[in-house]
Amino acid sequence: MPVTQQSDGRLAWRHLTPGESLARFAGWFALIALTVFCWRVMTADTIWAFVASAPAQAADIFGRMMPPRWDYAGRLWRPLWDTINIATMGTLLAIVLATPVAFLAARNTTPSAVLVRPVALFIIVASRSINALIWGLLLVAILGPGVFAGIIAIALRSIGFIGKLLYEAIEEIDERQVEAIRATGASPAQVMIYGIVPQIMPAFASINVFRWDINIRESTVLGLVGAGGLGLALESSLNVLAWPQVTLILLMIFATVIVSELIAAKIRKAII
Amino acid sequence: MLRIEGLTKTYRTGDAALRGVDLTVGKGQVVGLIGPSGAGKSTLIRCVNRLVEPTAGKIYVGDTEITGLGRRELRRVRRRIGMIFQEYALVERLTVMENVLSGRLGYVGFWASWLRRFPEADIAKAFAVLDRVGLMDQVDKRADALSGGQRQRVGIARALMQDPDLLLVDEPTASLDPKTSRQVMRLLLEVCAERGFATIVNIHDVGLAQLFLPRIVGLRAGAIVYDGPAAGLTAEVLTRIYGEEDWTRTAARDDDEDDTAAALAIEAERRIVAGAA
Amino acid sequence: MSAGAATPAYPRRWSRPPLIPDARLRWAIVLGAILYLIVGTGTVDVNWARVSEGLVRGGRFLAGFLAPDFTSRWSDISTGMIESLTMTVTATVAGIALSVPFGLGAARNIAPAWLYVVCRAVIAFARTFQEIIIAIFFVAMFGFGPFAGFLTLSLSTIGFLGKLLADDIEEADPAQLEAVRATGASWWQVVAYAVSPQVMPRLVGLSLYRFDINFRESAVVGIVGAGGIGATLNTALDRYEYDSAAAILLLIIGIVMVCEYSSGFIRRRVQ
Repeated sequence: MPVTQQSDGRLAWRHLTPGESLARFAGWFALIALTVFCWRVMTADTIWAFVASAPAQAADIFGRMMPPRWDYAGRLWRPLWDTINIATMGTLLAIVLATPVAFLAARNTTPSAVLVRPVALFIIVASRSINALIWGLLLVAILGPGVFAGIIAIALRSIGFIGKLLYEAIEEIDERQVEAIRATGASPAQVMIYGIVPQIMPAFASINVFRWDINIRESTVLGLVGAGGLGLALESSLNVLAWPQVTLILLMIFATVIVSELIAAKIRKAII
Repeated sequence: MLRIEGLTKTYRTGDAALRGVDLTVGKGQVVGLIGPSGAGKSTLIRCVNRLVEPTAGKIYVGDTEITGLGRRELRRVRRRIGMIFQEYALVERLTVMENVLSGRLGYVGFWASWLRRFPEADIAKAFAVLDRVGLMDQVDKRADALSGGQRQRVGIARALMQDPDLLLVDEPTASLDPKTSRQVMRLLLEVCAERGFATIVNIHDVGLAQLFLPRIVGLRAGAIVYDGPAAGLTAEVLTRIYGEEDWTRTAARDDDEDDTAAALAIEAERRIVAGAA
Repeated sequence: MSAGAATPAYPRRWSRPPLIPDARLRWAIVLGAILYLIVGTGTVDVNWARVSEGLVRGGRFLAGFLAPDFTSRWSDISTGMIESLTMTVTATVAGIALSVPFGLGAARNIAPAWLYVVCRAVIAFARTFQEIIIAIFFVAMFGFGPFAGFLTLSLSTIGFLGKLLADDIEEADPAQLEAVRATGASWWQVVAYAVSPQVMPRLVGLSLYRFDINFRESAVVGIVGAGGIGATLNTALDRYEYDSAAAILLLIIGIVMVCEYSSGFIRRRVQ
């Protein structure tokens, strides 16, 4: 925030130097230009007549969706069970796979920062970059449709999430506690279970509960690509344009998400 | 018990923390290590159990030269060296008992330590040690639920569990209030006297050092500039260690009757123990 | 020295106090968990014949990862990527621009009650459903193509940033708000001088993070016809072209890595 002397000798205060304000202006200009350019490229093939008719379409769809077909609920309990299974078992599998990866990725526990750490980090980035639905798409193509593909998809997506948060927690531990255990003559494995594990336990538990909550949400839609659960019912209802059933499924998903959030919040409170 | 010859440590950044330190600490002898921040006190005691790898020099614990040891032998030597830390360095989320038992980790196998199945003798010993430091009623509390003085007592108990020959103490009172500091120092010296440990105490509080520690080693810029009795810490010596300052007040601090008496009592007790041994 | 011999009076056994003090509750939880695992795994139908077949395919897919094929479907891939990227940029910008007013409206300490309720409702709606479900509806309403994807991502950006921004504002230091209010500042001046300095740095960070999320989501909405690389990937997998699919996935991973790296760089510059 510079103070400058003007030609008549008075001091003037401005928020930014001229150079800074020019750079800011250029930055904003570039951002807007980029956005406009992207907008034009993106909407080049958009049929605006469809867009204009959207309100009418929306009214039409919502008209068809109401009222929900309540008696369809009886056929949704099994898909709901599958959804919960996909999320829970996927999370469990991910915990088993992600924990070693996190220890290999953390700077203070990795056996080799040059060889092992980059590999572990790549596993984490690759898993995180790809959405659960894309993993689902992939695994359905490889393993065939069903709950099993869903579990693996959730697990593969969650490895990166759990791995990243966990290795960050490991890197943040108090090294003095570890040093104290090392000084007693403990073996490396003992240093791990006495010095490191107790310190990361709270983070470990809350990360896993957090991910389970997210996984419940994600597994409700995994069925859209054939990986079992409520999404599968959604897909088949959409295919036959059975809108009242769609409404009911959406309500079901909504309720599941709310309940899982409540459970997760409760567990988190119990841990802390 | 401990003999250090020509110990040198140069950190990778190029900072020389220790420049050829020679020091001998006999059995039952307690040495206070004083010096300004950055003088290398912490590095010196961490070299003794190789939490910091020395660059050059020899360190003998008993008859074992430890700078060349492999990992397994190093762990064996570390079992004989107890360590007490500045900010307690307890594993905060474990119970007091687990923290104390962790002093035996060098003696039990992985699975036993994982399942907390320590030998019965170790558990009885842990209770005995906790009784000695006055924490019998805190056994199942988590370490982070204790006060500073209690935590440092747990730290002492953990070191005692190791049955060490040598005790390294790093700024034991730095995070404690004056009263607790004295209590902890007193306890520390009592147990050292009882068990006859060779002990090095890093301490930045000169008054406390003079009060409790018979032999003082002054470190400045990685080299020993004073090694002698606490009584010899004149203003001139303190200037040599710390640099120019009005030291007359500190040197005159001995007239604190209560603690002088305590220190004398400890000194007397140590003579008795030494005589018995 | 021989503490062991001198201390026969001390207990010789000790076990760690259990995490859950109530033994019945503890066992109920353990048994419940075991029961769930047994029943749960029992109901997962695994067609092992299909899976073993799949392992071969999985091997081919891994081989595709080692030798990805960027060239033979390049025109499809580039079209999909351009759609994804443009969708991400426009939706992130639009989403941020809209989430600021929604965030301000959804902060209890600076918005009137009626506005608070409206804005919180919109945010809650946008957050509840997965992007892909919203995309299905937008495709039905606005037709196939990236425009529907753009709307989807914009809406979920509002849900994400609007909530975090509103929560941040609610947690902002009330003393600073009061101080600026006490000078006689108008509502806008309060926002500009008391609120924005407190929440701005985090907003920048979150916006960059959201850009990242939007790119990843843009790969998903294509599955239901809302444009982007997802459609290309779906087609490649349908045709069993694993080497092209691997190429697409590697591109996604690469772009996400670039985004993360540059957002870390920008964040350091801003803060």
